[in-house]
Amino acid sequence: MEFTVDGRTTFAATGGRPFDPARSAILFVHGAANDHSVWHLPARYFAHHGYSVAAIDLPGHGRSGGEPLTGIDEMASWLGRARAALGLDRAVLAGHSMGSLIALCAAADNPGATERLILLGPAAAMPVHDDLLDAARRNDHKAIDLITYWGLSAASQIGGHRSPGLWMNGAGQRLLERADDGVLAAGLAACATFSDGEARARALETETLLILGERDTMTPMKGGIALAGVIPDARHVVLAGCGHSMLAERPNETLDAMRDFLPPAGL
Amino acid sequence: MVDAKLPKFDTLSLHAGQQPDPATGARAVPIYQTTSYVFPDTDFAASLFNLERAGHIYTRISNPTTAVFEERIAALEGGVGAVATASGQAALHLAVATLTDAGGHIVSSASIYGGSHNLFTHTLPRFGIATTYVDPRDPAAFEAAIRPETRLIFGETLGNPGLEVMDLPRIADIAHAAGIPVLIDNTFASPALFKPFDHGADLVLHSATKFLGGHGVAIGGVLVDGGTFDWAASGKFPTLTEPYAGYHGINFSEEFGPGAFVMRARAEGLRDFGAAMSPANAFYLIQGVETLPVRMARHVENTRKIVAFLDGHGAVSWVGWPELESHPDRDLARRLLPKGCGAVFSFEIDGGREAGRVFIERLGLFSHLANVGDAKSLVIHPASTTHQQMDAAALKAAGIGEGLVRLSVGLEDPDDLIDDLDRALRAAARAVTPRAAE
Repeated sequence: MEFTVDGRTTFAATGGRPFDPARSAILFVHGAANDHSVWHLPARYFAHHGYSVAAIDLPGHGRSGGEPLTGIDEMASWLGRARAALGLDRAVLAGHSMGSLIALCAAADNPGATERLILLGPAAAMPVHDDLLDAARRNDHKAIDLITYWGLSAASQIGGHRSPGLWMNGAGQRLLERADDGVLAAGLAACATFSDGEARARALETETLLILGERDTMTPMKGGIALAGVIPDARHVVLAGCGHSMLAERPNETLDAMRDFLPPAGL
Repeated sequence: MVDAKLPKFDTLSLHAGQQPDPATGARAVPIYQTTSYVFPDTDFAASLFNLERAGHIYTRISNPTTAVFEERIAALEGGVGAVATASGQAALHLAVATLTDAGGHIVSSASIYGGSHNLFTHTLPRFGIATTYVDPRDPAAFEAAIRPETRLIFGETLGNPGLEVMDLPRIADIAHAAGIPVLIDNTFASPALFKPFDHGADLVLHSATKFLGGHGVAIGGVLVDGGTFDWAASGKFPTLTEPYAGYHGINFSEEFGPGAFVMRARAEGLRDFGAAMSPANAFYLIQGVETLPVRMARHVENTRKIVAFLDGHGAVSWVGWPELESHPDRDLARRLLPKGCGAVFSFEIDGGREAGRVFIERLGLFSHLANVGDAKSLVIHPASTTHQQMDAAALKAAGIGEGLVRLSVGLEDPDDLIDDLDRALRAAARAVTPRAAE
């Protein structure tokens, strides 16, 4: 589905069902240099269970036009305009990694527009290793290798994909390779310079679920639990043995956690 | 400077795709000999069938043992995923059926396995799919053969029977400029010697029966998706970029991104055509893959010694192997296949069909049969077996001399293999020129 935000063509996958703004809606927000396709299972599930779903491609990502935005606050503000462009007054926001920071800020800044909040692999701050940031700025494939290395638990680097026949390392790398030069660096820099996560979390007025990977080395579980502790109305789920890429590493458990948290969809 | 310490090829050969069995702790990959899988509830079942969840439904579509094999080959080839099939031929058919419809066209190397040639020449035309064959050594010929309805470029890493080495990077550039993917049959090289995705291929297939399995005990195939081809940008593949009524209007490219092809190949291809690998065969093949890098290194080492022996033998008129100075693709092979050009090659015995027949019959260690890629050394004499209906003129037209012999060099002690070949060559020479050999 294409729609327009700030005069730019924006793409969102709708999970195989038409998007109807009259229904309960979920906006899925991907991480740095990813796109809507990381949400394919939950997008399809919730779209076929009564929700209207928009797995959005951020500007300059996936099939959306424009240049990548450079700050988390700027992205959160854009997400609010995207929600409005979709004809939604309120929506569930779900974000992964950098997308969790965007969703966190969007929910904190506009509580009346956020039905519920789901944060996957979140942290109050997401410092980025200098070597990773340098490699991303040089558009060196090493950045993609490092994200694969840190983004999957040690066990998942060996495999065992729940979707038969898929290879997590390869699938993750191909997705990152699809991003234009500079997109990954922009996302990582936005994460590295964002420092307001805890204050925004404390300000949340929205019922919030945090989904954490027990073996997450990019946004460690401990930090996620601490973040949950400062959110007024939060619960968290820890996925055993899982790294940062829970949508690939534990797709069913991630989906179940989301399903159990969300109310049945309604008009 | 930090490094990404991701598991390397030899480690992946042993481990990729497998976690110790959660139910029993079994270290080996268990054989999940089951047709079907219990659904915990009706919603779970419905969501599995609608590709909303990950998991297994029915072994024709996926199986936990087979999935380990698929994931392992995807890892070794460097793809995003793989689909295992009942045979290598089934893998080729699955690729064609996923990408083309009636009216479609394939540009193929002329030097391919006879079974693939049969499919393209005699069978696919019945379904409205045509093929143009071109010289694998001539990238311009690939370009010239591309039509508006072309949907696939196909070739083998090492051609059959001449072991022609395709200039894959150039041919991939040509294909991609035309919005067409390249499918490579990597059976003869295996990913231990050559990884087509690193050189521009978009899809890879194997007859897993051969070097992947390596022990001649199970028939199987596998089709690997590199995840690099942009189906949406090409605009030529509605099976991947338009809603598919077979799954409630799913758009594979839109929803699955880099995994669009492999998801469609499984969801439609295994569901509807049904050429699935059995879990027992997947288990056998996995045992072979575990030692693939070690075996391939030894296969190449033995082949180099045997080629050197034959190349200097008085009863041999020529040897065709891309590492030899005499092979026209030697320079390209050095660039693309520095680890070796495999273990299958052909040579010509002086003395024609009769010499070839005697040679085959006098061999002891080499087994006379129609297969390659076994741990045991194999041999076949096309003029007296697979091509016996052809006369000398017809054989010549097919590039097959009456004395041509194809070897698949195994893992025995190379000295024993050379002794075996030497005895048989002497016997063949005596048979056709008895006095000269005395």
